[in-house]
Amino acid sequence: MSQSPSDTLTTADGVPLKVSLRRAVRRSKFKALLLVSPLLAFLIIAFVMPILDMLWRSVDNPEVSTRLSRTVEALEGWDGESLPGEPVFAALVADLREGQEARDLGLLSSRLNYEKSGMRSAISRTARRLGNLEPPYREALIEINDSWGELSTWKLIERESSPYTLSYYLAAMDRQLSPEGEIVKVPDYLEIHVALFWRTFWMSAVITGLTLLLGYPIAYLLANLPLRHSNLLMILVLLPFWTSLLVRTTTWIAILQSQGVLNDMMVAIGVIADEARWQMIHNKTGTIVAMTHILLPFMILPLYSVMKTIPPSYMRAARSLGGKPILSFRRVYFPLTIPGIAAGGILVFILAIGYYITPALVGGQSGRFITNYIAYHMQTSLNWGLAAAIASILLLVVIVFYLVFNRLIGVDKVKLG
Amino acid sequence: MNESAAIDARQALPQEADTCFARFIDVQKSYDGVELVVKGFNLDIQRGEFITLLGPSGSGKTTCLMMMAGFETPTHGEILLQGQPINGLPPHKRGIGMVFQNYALFPHMTVAENLAFPLEVRHLPKAEIARQVDRALGMVRLEGFGSRRPAQLSGGQQQRVALARALVFEPELVLMDEPLGALDKNLREEMQYEIKRIHASLGVTMIYVTHDQTEALTMSDRIAVFNDGVVQQLATPETLYELPENAFVASFIGENNRLQGEVVEHLGERCEVVLDSGERVVARPVAVGGVGTRTTLSLRPERVALIGDDDEGRYDNRFSGIVQEVIYLGDHLRTRLQLCGNDEFILKTPNAEGNASLRPGQSVTVGWTWQDCRALDA
Amino acid sequence: MKQTHRILRKGTLSAAVALVGMSGLGLSATAQAETLNIVSWGGAYSMSQQKAYHEPWMEMNGDEIVNIDRSGNALAGLRAQSQAGNVTWDLVDMLPADAMIACAEGLIEPLDHDALLADAPDGTPPGEDFVDGALGECFVASIVYSNIVAFNTEMFPEDNQPSTIADVFDLENFPGKRTLLRKPINNLEWALVADGVAPEDVYDVLETEEGIQRAFAKLDTIKDEVIWWEEGAQPPQLLADQEVAFGSAYNGRIFNAMVTENQPFEIIWDAQVFELDGWVVPTGKLDKVKDYLHFATDTQRLADQAKYISYGPARKSSSQFVSTHAETGIEMEPHMPTYGPNFATAIPKDDEFWADYNDELTQRFDAWLAQ
Repeated sequence: MSQSPSDTLTTADGVPLKVSLRRAVRRSKFKALLLVSPLLAFLIIAFVMPILDMLWRSVDNPEVSTRLSRTVEALEGWDGESLPGEPVFAALVADLREGQEARDLGLLSSRLNYEKSGMRSAISRTARRLGNLEPPYREALIEINDSWGELSTWKLIERESSPYTLSYYLAAMDRQLSPEGEIVKVPDYLEIHVALFWRTFWMSAVITGLTLLLGYPIAYLLANLPLRHSNLLMILVLLPFWTSLLVRTTTWIAILQSQGVLNDMMVAIGVIADEARWQMIHNKTGTIVAMTHILLPFMILPLYSVMKTIPPSYMRAARSLGGKPILSFRRVYFPLTIPGIAAGGILVFILAIGYYITPALVGGQSGRFITNYIAYHMQTSLNWGLAAAIASILLLVVIVFYLVFNRLIGVDKVKLG
Repeated sequence: MNESAAIDARQALPQEADTCFARFIDVQKSYDGVELVVKGFNLDIQRGEFITLLGPSGSGKTTCLMMMAGFETPTHGEILLQGQPINGLPPHKRGIGMVFQNYALFPHMTVAENLAFPLEVRHLPKAEIARQVDRALGMVRLEGFGSRRPAQLSGGQQQRVALARALVFEPELVLMDEPLGALDKNLREEMQYEIKRIHASLGVTMIYVTHDQTEALTMSDRIAVFNDGVVQQLATPETLYELPENAFVASFIGENNRLQGEVVEHLGERCEVVLDSGERVVARPVAVGGVGTRTTLSLRPERVALIGDDDEGRYDNRFSGIVQEVIYLGDHLRTRLQLCGNDEFILKTPNAEGNASLRPGQSVTVGWTWQDCRALDA
Repeated sequence: MKQTHRILRKGTLSAAVALVGMSGLGLSATAQAETLNIVSWGGAYSMSQQKAYHEPWMEMNGDEIVNIDRSGNALAGLRAQSQAGNVTWDLVDMLPADAMIACAEGLIEPLDHDALLADAPDGTPPGEDFVDGALGECFVASIVYSNIVAFNTEMFPEDNQPSTIADVFDLENFPGKRTLLRKPINNLEWALVADGVAPEDVYDVLETEEGIQRAFAKLDTIKDEVIWWEEGAQPPQLLADQEVAFGSAYNGRIFNAMVTENQPFEIIWDAQVFELDGWVVPTGKLDKVKDYLHFATDTQRLADQAKYISYGPARKSSSQFVSTHAETGIEMEPHMPTYGPNFATAIPKDDEFWADYNDELTQRFDAWLAQ
């Protein structure tokens, strides 16, 4: 391509046109930046930084490398075939002594206990009895706790001595490193995360499907009824937004529980026997019903905004051209609503994947999501590394879904209202 | 009531079946049960005719079209197509082609797919569909545009596609709902010609809805002028223009000078009117009562002549006025006069030699014949 | 450094406020009124603390005490506050197992019990007066409570009422739904005892893979009949609604339902898993709360608490002062976990075992539930 003549254009006073334009635009750019800066700052503080922190925590592994630095150093060159020698044990004693004085052995023992149950008490017991310990330390430590005489303990310390680890991700995928250093599945009786991931995905898909099934006709009515009626309907659709999530969820408990409204009605009209009441809550059904209800507006609104832009003349045209009502709908109206279906679908699906209060309240044992496990690791087990790893995987899945969506439909086609 | 009217219509059918292609019989329509938007619409349409429903927005013309297409049901009355009542027939079974105001081309289909749609739903073989689509594209001179999407076409091209789609399945009746409204002036004129050409070559019957009187005059065999849910006059373009039956038609079709006054003498085909400003005018009584009734005189601007010194006696009415404004329009001049107490009196004169010399403030004498001055309802 | 500065400044400020206050009220400088944020378990338990400790203290001292019901996640809360560098809790009621972890992480203060706590009325030092395990490195217990299984007496014929933990696992003689805590803790212990393991050997057996499998195999036999609970208020409710025949629970909750709501419940004291519960002081808060701690753990206060809830005082010297229930006037002693006949087959919860194995066994338990 040859240089276009505009490259050499200048304004009347000889300044190149581009420079002059840039100057003129800079001021308005600066103003625009100033206007969005509060939001930008908010996003960075409330969104970007926590996510980065989460990603960091999912691989961060400082416990062994900082608190057992002498031991790790002494372990260098260890053959891994037999128990390490006295210098390593002496280094461990020195590390633990320092840690005991600083009272910061807790995170170390928790970290090692995630990988090998028993390490917490091994460290705390040993640390408590360091005071009057005499060399040779090797025998003395093994005397205090058997763990120090096990090869696997030392291999674990060696393995986790790097400041970064993938073991949280492995645990999140129900995998672990074998003593030989290979990635293997955890024993059957410990497998939990993968199954929960799958359950989260397929139940979210079912919920998405149900919201579409229920939301599509409502969105259609909203878009096509006279304004007077559609306004009322819109209020009904939005009403749940003005009600607390907890209220909506507990309402479903009142309706669906075995002594609840629905069961009482069914017994009263004789559909079911009193002793054979349906179990509709604290299981998958409960989660699906409650979440479908709660997420319905997120399907209806994008559908509505797309349907609103489809003039009624399209369907009329199709009918006048000889299309039967169903065929006209299938060939003409439905394809035009696909951007709305996609937008609502991706929105509901992503929201559903991330829900945890509702599954926790009405999901019982079988209707729980992986998010409930993240909450468990955040609040109860305090294994924040594992929580971060599970959440990061979830984030990755959401991003993949988004990219696929963008590829197939195009984000620019999505309107949310 | 309703029922008996319908039965009467059916009984009236046999002897007229051979001449009438489509009929509206005493059709009424109300959306809210309070107000009638169409009040007793009657129309007989001959096969191959180009009928235009003309009127301002809200006059009920589009509602009539939609009732014919089947998207609205008459509240009362009957619509017949080829002698059969179609009130209960759903739109897709009527076999009527329709062109919508904004074309309603399916945006997710290509031009060819749009044209193939009515053929596919009629289960034509693939090869036949392809042939018909090509033929239709050729008819609207859009060969080679089949693979484009509607959004990639200009407004005029979209209009042609919409037309082709309404015709591709060879309907005998085509309805058009202000199809040229979205086009600019030049394109609109071109399309008017195009539609006329296709109408002439295919011989289909067309019902055309517009609020543009020029369009209606150019294209139609007959025009039904709507106002307030009632047909004011149904006639050929010439008749409507030359012989409007009431003040609304006169003012809606073409430009029109209006003078208010009272009938003082009624002499059969002539009458004398005293204007509110005192002048006496001889006019043709069209829709006036006897002596003493009020009337609006309607006078086409091009039928008013500037009177020089040589043509004295040719005009029954002669008055002098003062030039307010002269607008130069190339082939003709529009001159606004103050005349007979009306300072919006328009005079349209060809740009012939000598006519271009009028100046504001100048006093002129104008005249018109009694035949051109129609005394209508007040 | 910065932290110290801030505390210093805050100190000066509150001293100034106190000075202003003093000039008006004529109080002594040592008794400046403060607000204490005390974290506990909520419900009937917090109410018993309010009556026995907080109210007398506030009356005596003019301090304001704010109850925060966050003990269920106290460890997570302490960690989060410590990481954020803004510890707002002044005193926390927590379980000794959590206290061990918090102590090892340096989140809470080590306590010099003999210096901080009150002697018994007869002069016995705290180190001797508190029951075994009540004084941890950073922990001082206030109560002994118990995890028990209770049943609704109306759900079984009068001549066939359950009495042992083995009966809970006996669907044939004692059919009906059970509700159990959705955690491995207690359930594994009970499964082993029901399977014939002596209460004192339970943790030795559980440390072996065979023992764990044996416990889960025993739980398998009733799994289909179990509704799992997570909130302490659920089991008494489920029992009252007769949705379940048996329910594991904290003994105080069952006691409350029995005496204040007249529910027809009975506690199976066999193989009760008892443990302690008490106070820890977040790092940096010792000076602020040591007077309160001294007061709230003295012999009379612990005995007073037993008037409101059936948890045993953690001081031996308090037993003699335990009298009757404050509302109903019934004798409290037979309802205490530590009462002789109740205590015969009791299992002391092994905090160290659970500190080591809770993560793994919880995951295993969840996987077992999901099967």
